[in-house]
Formats: sequence, C-alpha cells, structure tokens
Amino acid sequence: MKDSVEDIIELSNDLRWKMGGDFHDHITESIYADASEIVEATVTTDSRKGRNAVDVTIDRIVTSRKWGFPIMFLVLGVVLWLTIIGANYPSGLLAELLLDSIHPALKSGAASLHFPWWLSGFLIDGVYLALAWVIAVMLPPMAIFFPLFTLLEDFGYLPRVAFNLDNLFKKAGAHGKQALTMSMGFGCNAAGVVATRIIDSPRERLIAIITNNFSLCNGRWPTQILIATIFVGAVVPKALSGTAAVLSVIGIAVLGMAFMFTSSWLLSKTVLKGQVSTFNLELPPYRPPRFWKTLYTSLIDRTLIVLWRAIVFAAPAGAVIWLISNIMIGDHSIAYWMINSLDGFGWLIGLNGVILVAYIVAIPANEIVIPTVLMLTVLVTGMSGGEGAGVMFELDSANATGEILKAGGWTLLTAVNLMLFSLLHNPCSTTIYTIYRETKSAKWTAVATLMPLIMGFVVTFLVAQVWRLF
Amino acid sequence: MEKNVVSSACEVCPQYNPDGLKKLGVNVENTDYVVALAGNPNTGKSTVFNALTGLRQHTGNWPGKTVTRAEGAFGYNDKTYKLVDLPGTYSLLSTSEDEEVARNFILFGKPDVTVIVVDAGRLERNLNLVLQILEITDKAVLCLNLMDEAKRNHVEVNERALAKRLGVPVVAASARFNKGIPELIDVISQVATGKIACKPHRITNVPKHINDAVKKLSDQIKQRFPNVPNSRWIAFRLLDGDQRIIEALREGEFEL
Repeated sequence: MKDSVEDIIELSNDLRWKMGGDFHDHITESIYADASEIVEATVTTDSRKGRNAVDVTIDRIVTSRKWGFPIMFLVLGVVLWLTIIGANYPSGLLAELLLDSIHPALKSGAASLHFPWWLSGFLIDGVYLALAWVIAVMLPPMAIFFPLFTLLEDFGYLPRVAFNLDNLFKKAGAHGKQALTMSMGFGCNAAGVVATRIIDSPRERLIAIITNNFSLCNGRWPTQILIATIFVGAVVPKALSGTAAVLSVIGIAVLGMAFMFTSSWLLSKTVLKGQVSTFNLELPPYRPPRFWKTLYTSLIDRTLIVLWRAIVFAAPAGAVIWLISNIMIGDHSIAYWMINSLDGFGWLIGLNGVILVAYIVAIPANEIVIPTVLMLTVLVTGMSGGEGAGVMFELDSANATGEILKAGGWTLLTAVNLMLFSLLHNPCSTTIYTIYRETKSAKWTAVATLMPLIMGFVVTFLVAQVWRLF
Repeated sequence: MEKNVVSSACEVCPQYNPDGLKKLGVNVENTDYVVALAGNPNTGKSTVFNALTGLRQHTGNWPGKTVTRAEGAFGYNDKTYKLVDLPGTYSLLSTSEDEEVARNFILFGKPDVTVIVVDAGRLERNLNLVLQILEITDKAVLCLNLMDEAKRNHVEVNERALAKRLGVPVVAASARFNKGIPELIDVISQVATGKIACKPHRITNVPKHINDAVKKLSDQIKQRFPNVPNSRWIAFRLLDGDQRIIEALREGEFEL
C-alpha cells in the first residue's frame, strides 16, 4: 500500500516538473477570477457613494503623517488622565473600608478568639493586608483603564496605531504586526507574547517576543501612576500636578517604545539578522462601540481576571513578607539582613535595598511591588503605627503613602529610578513561562528575561550618576 | 414594511425554533457534531462564536485577535454541537502558524460543518478563502456577517444568487446585534444532520494544461483513497509541493 502513495507523490513531482514553476500563480489567479465572477453576479454597490465617507475622513486624519503621532499621544494621555484623576476617590474609599475599618475589626476579632500573636500576625497582618492593599490600589485604576482601552479597541483604533508605527518597526528590522502585539502587551505581556503567533517569520516573531516586555503591562501601570502622582506631581504647583503625573507616565510608556525599537533594531542587526517581510494590514471599519456590553466584558474579562491573579499572588507574598520580617537571625529579621546587604548596590543605581527585595519577592507578579515596598519600608524605618513588624500602615490616601516613602529616605531620584526600573526589568514569571512555551528554547527565554534586567541596571545606574553630579 | 415584522424568511419557516437553543459554554465533551468557524480576520468570528455558545471570548476590532483555537458548545433540538473558533486567515495556501492551525483543523479535524464567516461589505476579498475551503470540505455554511455595515456602505448582496453560485446555504447576519444567529443555528443543524445537502462550488477558471494535470493526479488519489472528499484539493497542494500534505499522505492521515 505504501507504494501507491509513493506513486502519487512521484506523479505529482513529475507533473509539477512538466507544468513549470508558475502553478501557484495560476491557481491563485483562477481563484480570483472565480471570485470576481461571483461578485459581479451577486453584489451591487452604489458606486456614487462608495465607502463610508466618515470612515475615510477619520482615517485620513488619524493616520496622517502630521497628526498620526500627536493624536496617538493625546488619546493615551486622555485615557491615563481619566484613570489617574478618576481612581483617586474610590481608592481612598476602599482603603478606608478595607484598612481602617475591617482590619482593626479582624484584629480585635482574632484577639477575642485568643489567636496566638503569630497566627493573627501571619493571617491578618500578612495575608489580609496584602490583599486589601492590592484591591484598594489596583481595582479603581483598572476598572477605569481597561474599559477605556477596550472601547478604543472595539472602535477600531488599534490597527491605526499599528499602521502609524509600521514604518518605525520596519526600520528597526522587525515585522509591522509587532505594533499589534505591542499593543496587546500594554494589557498583559503574556498575552502579547502569545499574540506574536500572527507573525509568520520566526526571526521577526522572536524579536517581537523578546521585546514585548518593553510594553508597560497592567501590573506596572498602577505602580507608574502611583509613584508619578506622589513624587512627580509634588514637585510642580498643585494645579499642574495631575498633568505632570500624566506626562511622566506617558514619558515612561514612550521610553518603553523607544527601547522596543532600539533593541529590535540591535537584535535584527546582530543575532537575528534577516529580511523584513511585507504584509497587508487591513484597516477595519470604525464600529461604534457597544458601550454597556464592552464595559461589562472588560470588567469581567480583564479587570477581575487580572485582579484575581494579583490577589492569588499577593496573599502568599504577604505571608512571605510577614515571615521574613518576623523570623530573626541573630538580632535582626531576615528582611533586615536582605535589605542591608542589597542597600549598597541599590544606592549605586539610585534605588535602595527595600525596592530590590520587593522586586525579588514580586517576581511572580508585578502588581505587588508597591505593597511590598511599603511593608518593608515600614519595617526598616521602624515607624510605629501601633502595629508589629512587617505590617502595613493604614493608607487612606496617596499622601500617606508618600509620607511613608519619604520617611524611608526616598527622593525624587528614587521615584524616577523606580519608574524606570519598573519599565526595565525581567518579565513576571507567567510571561517567562509563556515565552518558554512559545519559543521552546531555554536560550531565548534567558535572553528575554535577562536583557531588560541588565538594561534596567545600566539605565538606572547612569541616571543616578548624572543626577548626583548636579 | 413587511421587513420590520418578520426580519427574515426563516422566522416563518416551520423548522424555525429559537427556543431549541441551549448555550452550553465550555462543556465540549461528547458532542454529537463538530462545527468549525473559519473566515478572514476581523469578520466577527469570535462574535458569532460568543453568540452561539454564550461564552465571552474576548473580541476586538483588529485583525488577528484569535491566534489559537477556542472551543465551546451549544445544543439545539436535542443534538449537541462543539464549536471551534479558528484563527482568521486570508488564505490556506501559506505557512504561518495561525493559517496552519486553521487549515489542519478543516482538513484533518474533519468538522461536520464548516461555517465560513465573511464580511458582507468585502465579499470579493473574502471569497478567496471561501473558495479554498469549499475545495476542502463538502459541508459548509456561509455566514454573511456585518450586514449592518455593508448596508451603511451601500453594498447589497443577493443572498439567493450567492447560495446558488457557491452551492452552500447562505445566512445573512449582524452577529454583534444577534441578528441572523437563530437562522444560522438552524442551517448548521440541517447541514450537520444531512437535511441540506451541499454541492460546493469548485474552482473553474483553471487553465487547460493545469486542469489536465490536476485531473490526472486527483484520479489517482481517488483510486487510492476512495473516501476523501477533496482529492482535487490534495492534488492542488501536491502540485504546489506542500510538504505537510506529502507527509500526511505518507503518514496515512487520509485513511478513513
């Protein structure tokens, strides 16, 4: 039976040889000829009116050379501004509820049930507080940012962004569709890495995978927004503080894009050399977003799922933080020793030991960096809020957060470098695992993990040195 | 003005039965039939998928959103259907990963029905993929989606003439607004159960010398594999030197 299959293959080789090389073109032409015959017989278009005039006009503006980029930044700015301004009030309310009311109630409840100190510390000061913090800080900005982003996506703006950026990606030796995977990365890097499957050339796909981490993901937006609000907003007059915070966050996002282009270019000039492939990018029609449906699905699909992930990672992290702050080695806690040993290196790159320890604890999820930083800062400064070591403060506002951080020796440099480091460090463990699954290569996974981390060290080091010169 | 009362002829058909629909979400075990959802990027496949299964697979207005297969299920008139949402592709002739996922599923997954979702306003471009799929499978339904946008852009499609030309049922829909979905379900079930027989269009405008070669090869394939419905398409791919198809032949993937 095997032979008859080989006969078929041989016959096909034979026939292909006789036909010459243009078989593929002939078939494609036949299909197009059939298609146009069918369309002629079944479709009528009012040629006087043609494509919807509104769509054409919008496209002419948002993809124009002159206005394309300014509009892109404006849209991003408006979305971030609404997020920052809008999230303040509900964040305060949630903090009041979860931290000021429920936390003491839980503590006294545990006391009346005669919990041993370590159990109530571990559960309530460790696990519960980390959860409460993540919810209070992350839920409001996400509940605003994701629906807005989804509305834009639904409307059809993302392919226009890709269209605008296509040229830059090509110049960087990468695939134009990387603009789309980059946009996905702004939501979640793991999703962005999976989305690179739309890129057919393995070389360009690898570039897109390795550099996706330069898209600020939703785990990092809240960090950026919070730090920008506290520190950057504080150095300008009050009336301008919101604007300054928005601009600095946009600055970081744009810097991330610059890093993406530069590293794509470097990769395509060195280890991943090759031709740039061309492709057709279809600009879909603008569709009026279905507002309520979009709101609902983006709340369910994105906000709650991301929040859930943060909670799942925050609970054990809270426990770990409490443990390392309360288990003593010699005279001091484990956390103290870790922070102390990393302080020197931290200072060198304009950060501090607390931030570095927080990033080690936060490898599973970027979302918990800020809560961890706060808990550890409270620990090392020995600030007393009436609670024990490794317990988070009652943070009813961004101001209170700022107070703690300033007491921990933070300066504007620390804030700026934290924002930079939050952009430039290793991807979270989920993304690393996804990269491994997609590339099936330990080598490229290591490159994708370490390259941004090294860049982060170099950039923060340089910024710190230049800053200290003045 | 009748149109406002009865939105389509199917609603007065005795077989119309919107209450028979059960959205089964992700419960895809042991279904009676397998339905594939194919089409160009950004034609609303995921929206159709969600409308049928009651799932909320994320949809987005940009081409290439679905890169992997999503699966869901629905029940209709005591039968259960597994629905597979394939990545959107312009063609099945090239080699990127998302196109392979779509091609391999239609070819080797042998779905009972393949629903091809097309953008009614961009029919000509979409037909490229439609005609290729109709070469592969006998059982297909054309879902003429985005009818609302086509109307807005002053494009009108004669559904009956199209169905006749393509040899498969055509259902007009605006899945975003749930229009045409009940009709689509009904047609899917009728094709799956064999109540509607398809005679899919096969590519005609092939130059004579090529057609002769294809015929010769396809006859030999038919002789060896009497049960494959798409010997002609396999011949096309072999003549194009498609390694994956050669491998499939050698591995016996076309044996039934």
